[in-house]
Amino acid sequence: MEDIKETIRQFILKTYLPGESPDNLRDDTPLLTSGIIDSLGGLTVASFVERQFGIELDVQDTAAERFNRIQDIAATVERKTAAKLQGDAAR
Amino acid sequence: MTVRHLAHYLQESARRDPKAVAVVDAGGAQLTYGELEARSGALAAFLGARGVGRGDRVGIVLPKDVRAVVAIFGVLKSGAAYVPVDATAPAERGRRILTDCEIGALIADRGSLDMVPEGDAGARLAAIVVTDDEPADRPNVTEWSQALNSTNLANPTNLTDPTNPSETSLAYILYTSGSTGMPKGVTITHANAITFIDWCSDAFAPTAADRFSSHPPFHFDPSIFDLFLSIKHGATVYLIPDDLGKNPKELARFLAQHRLTIWTSTPSTLILMLQFGELAVHNCSSVRQVGFGGEVFPIKHLRTLQRLWPGAVLYNMYGPTETTTMCTVGRVPDVIPDDRTEPYPIGFPCSYCGALVLDDDGGEVANGEEGLLHVSGPSVSPGYWKRPEENARAFHVRDGVRWYNTGDVVRWNDAEGFTYAGRRDRMVKRRGFRIELGEIERALYQHPAIEEAAVLSMADVEMGVTIAAFLHCRAAETPSIIEMKVYCASKLPTYMSPDRFVFTERLPRTSTDKIDYQALAGQFQAVSAR
Repeated sequence: MEDIKETIRQFILKTYLPGESPDNLRDDTPLLTSGIIDSLGGLTVASFVERQFGIELDVQDTAAERFNRIQDIAATVERKTAAKLQGDAAR
Repeated sequence: MTVRHLAHYLQESARRDPKAVAVVDAGGAQLTYGELEARSGALAAFLGARGVGRGDRVGIVLPKDVRAVVAIFGVLKSGAAYVPVDATAPAERGRRILTDCEIGALIADRGSLDMVPEGDAGARLAAIVVTDDEPADRPNVTEWSQALNSTNLANPTNLTDPTNPSETSLAYILYTSGSTGMPKGVTITHANAITFIDWCSDAFAPTAADRFSSHPPFHFDPSIFDLFLSIKHGATVYLIPDDLGKNPKELARFLAQHRLTIWTSTPSTLILMLQFGELAVHNCSSVRQVGFGGEVFPIKHLRTLQRLWPGAVLYNMYGPTETTTMCTVGRVPDVIPDDRTEPYPIGFPCSYCGALVLDDDGGEVANGEEGLLHVSGPSVSPGYWKRPEENARAFHVRDGVRWYNTGDVVRWNDAEGFTYAGRRDRMVKRRGFRIELGEIERALYQHPAIEEAAVLSMADVEMGVTIAAFLHCRAAETPSIIEMKVYCASKLPTYMSPDRFVFTERLPRTSTDKIDYQALAGQFQAVSAR
């Protein structure tokens, strides 16, 4: 979980907050509702997460209330990864 | 009949086929022409009974659904001009706009009531109509259903009244970014808009069977094309609200599901659909025309779009709000040659437009040379709302003809018409929206920790344009970058928010002690390269 959060944090810092101290971007910092990233930024983060973790996000996963904080995004990644592993094992 | 008022388009279509569907929104609500005509008439009657009419302005702050269209036609039928304001933008900016143009009434959802002008200006409003039916907690509020339930269904404005001078009466005012920090209102008359819409009828030949997308928000000038052209021809317009408009997957599905035939948006929106919309899995063969504008469409993406949608004719549409939506248009050839690398130009002037390319001193430039594009004709705005100085700068008379200086640098070639070559001032475009960098600076100066601010833009292959703010802060008060982002989101529409914040000890100065923007541009490049 910590690794996932850190990967997402580094991506957001590099892409949207160059120069910002990593300590200021906490797990619970609101991203979309605060205006730190806009909806297009949300798409870019979603696309990064899909590529990075080999999962697919649907529309509900990226809605503002479920994609607003690093901890929310990381939880979604964990849930999707677990579901995918189960699916693979069942096959 | 001769159309002299935009509401005539609706009146005529409703008379021809009242049962045809006029408008459909993303929530699934729809109105027939008969219903739209009746509801907007009732709203106009309500506004008229409150004393709102010709010479007045009515603010509209609504999400993009069928009620917004009832509101627009209701205001127009009352004789007043509509002033649409971005419901998602910071309340302070919306309030300044509604205060600036001295609205006489407001139609808003409850969440936007903090945009009501303060003090006397707010207290003097003839009516505030709210679209969600909850008990009102402020005086002078009428609920939507009540306003539409007006017992007087007679149309209060005689639209065919020959004394109703469409040449001078305003249809709407759209606010664009202002360099002094205050957005400025572009006034458009009925005659301006009708000139444009009637020309579109000839140029694009829409029919009642067409299904138009309405992607741009109503406070953005391209919305005029979709809404009024569709209504004029008795076609159906599909409203795309802000959240759907920014969601390429859902947007592509919406387009395919409703079998839209005429699509118009910025290249950014189309490119996002190409990248994230899974267009290849959707059947989009219904699309027969794609209009794009507001920014350059990179040829690589345009070629992909043409391969995916071979049945669609592609048009590059260009025009500042001041010339009513479009003043030049270029048709992309049916097959883009493989060796083409240059984006397609903005093309040839609409038949009613005059166009001149002048140098900074007003002299005509030689054919093929770069210069500023000036536009004349019956679609040119009478001017900015109560901005005599800006009007004097932007509009001028030459040989008895009134011209608007677009500020856009272009060059002409006989084969392809005008090519857009950038700006020489501090206006930039992002996702089609106009941004005066000065407006961003003014917002930054309001931050208590900011001593000095300079905002620059740089062309960016991926993002179109990157905006950077260079900031010098008061001692020991440097805010974090996150704080600045959040602050900007509270003051400016999202498309205006800087991408980068650079804190610096001092801003470079020229020999005359002005901020040295050229030196900063060098720093910007160095920072970006990191």
